[in-house]
Amino acid sequence: MAGPGDLLPHDTSTPGVPRIELRDVKKRFGRNRVLDGVSFRVMPGESLVIIGGSGTGKSVTLKCILGIIRRDAGQILLDGQPDDSGDRRTFLKQFGMLFQGGALFDSLSVWQNVAFRLRHARHPVPRKEARERAIEKLRRVGLGPETADLYPAELSGGMQKRVGLARAIATDPRIIFFDEPTAGLDPIMAGVINDLIRELVTEIGATAVTITHDMTTVRTVADHVAMLHGGKVRWFGPIEDMDDATDPYLDQFIHGRATGPIAAIR
Amino acid sequence: MILLRLVVAFLASIGRSTLQLLAATGRLAIFAGNAVSQIARPPYYPVELGRQLLSIGYFSLPVVGMTALFTGAALALQIWAGGARFNAGTVVPSIVAIGIVRELGPVLGGLMVAGRVSSSIAAEIGTMRVTEQIDALTTLSTDPMKYLVLPRVLAGLIAVPVLVAIGDVIGIFGGYLIGTHRLGFNSGAYIKNTLDFLTATDIASSLTKACAFGFILTLMGCYHGYHSGRGAQGVGAATTNAVVSASILILAANYVLTEAFF
Repeated sequence: MAGPGDLLPHDTSTPGVPRIELRDVKKRFGRNRVLDGVSFRVMPGESLVIIGGSGTGKSVTLKCILGIIRRDAGQILLDGQPDDSGDRRTFLKQFGMLFQGGALFDSLSVWQNVAFRLRHARHPVPRKEARERAIEKLRRVGLGPETADLYPAELSGGMQKRVGLARAIATDPRIIFFDEPTAGLDPIMAGVINDLIRELVTEIGATAVTITHDMTTVRTVADHVAMLHGGKVRWFGPIEDMDDATDPYLDQFIHGRATGPIAAIR
Repeated sequence: MILLRLVVAFLASIGRSTLQLLAATGRLAIFAGNAVSQIARPPYYPVELGRQLLSIGYFSLPVVGMTALFTGAALALQIWAGGARFNAGTVVPSIVAIGIVRELGPVLGGLMVAGRVSSSIAAEIGTMRVTEQIDALTTLSTDPMKYLVLPRVLAGLIAVPVLVAIGDVIGIFGGYLIGTHRLGFNSGAYIKNTLDFLTATDIASSLTKACAFGFILTLMGCYHGYHSGRGAQGVGAATTNAVVSASILILAANYVLTEAFF
């Protein structure tokens, strides 16, 4: 069924089977054990937000799922299937990702960045159509067609995030990862990006995993929250239960207290 | 006891360095093999290849041309001055041609392109590594080896021989200018002497070296950029390492190839 741009049909999952499941995933860098048995599940269409202090392995978790970083042990399942059971290109086609700094390609214009996957698929979308689709996605994230021919260096931080967001949703992926989507943005722009993420995830029906330190993002975007600490999932639950949770680590983190079980200097 | 400890520490440092060298050689060989194997596996990115041909080839032309021109001119003067000591000043055209084509054209051209291109490739790919653009490529189902490394290495293999061929001609022309205007050679005789003494093997040697140097200098830029450390310091170190390792490998490869063509 692969056509132009190699788009995937949406709901191909079996009911009740998690879209993403991590089982006892471990990763160490030298002597530093970053992930020490991380396990969680994300159901189709659900939005999980992973929180935790700096260096607790949030980004490493996402990169392990994507295969950018090779895990040392454990299993990662997508729709119940091991992540290494099929073609890697087909596996990656299911994902879109917004990187912390945008990670836009400097040498390409904005529309070329957004349409990158469409233009570099096995069956590339023709240039004119790809540009039109990129402009449509840019419009969806609140950017006009006049930005299409600009280069990333000509954009503000907020605009770069929006372009990154447009690129992440360009092929309507089934799973979207957001790495610190509001880092470095002013509170108003952060609010705009948070609302956009919530809208887009609902609209596309995608499964989303967001990592953030920003509690406003957590409250806007999350259906479920996972807190990483000490290389493990310290707390996992629905967003509604987060404020009433008795876990002292979670309590310290969500209230931003300098004192508590989490050392301020790590 | 102290002496024994010193000896053990000394041997350990040699062992550590040897292991590090072997590990680095292994990593580089795997990287090179991975890059080369991409040639056999589509998709290909012709637009990227075109962009790199322009960047590595066309924009290096002034540097290579100027280097060759002045080298040819200086070589003519040196051979004239040296040859005059044993009444062999008349060999200027043939020695300039052979010296430029067999040795100085490819080596100096390769080193100059390495200085310009290896550093820029390492800086560009290193910055892409630091800013997660390489991770972004992967998540967009694009193999960075295929999209970033292969076009640059292919462009080096294609562009550097062309650059060296042009540099050889310009270098010989530099010698011709000095020979005819400064040293009193007849123009026709200079050209005839040049052409009579050059053989097909000289040209094949020059172009083979250029191919090897093109591969080395682009591979070193890609390798060090791809494995760049974090931050500005990491990218800076990658850039320096790319130029230094490319230059050393070019000189080493030049010796090996000269032996092969000797």
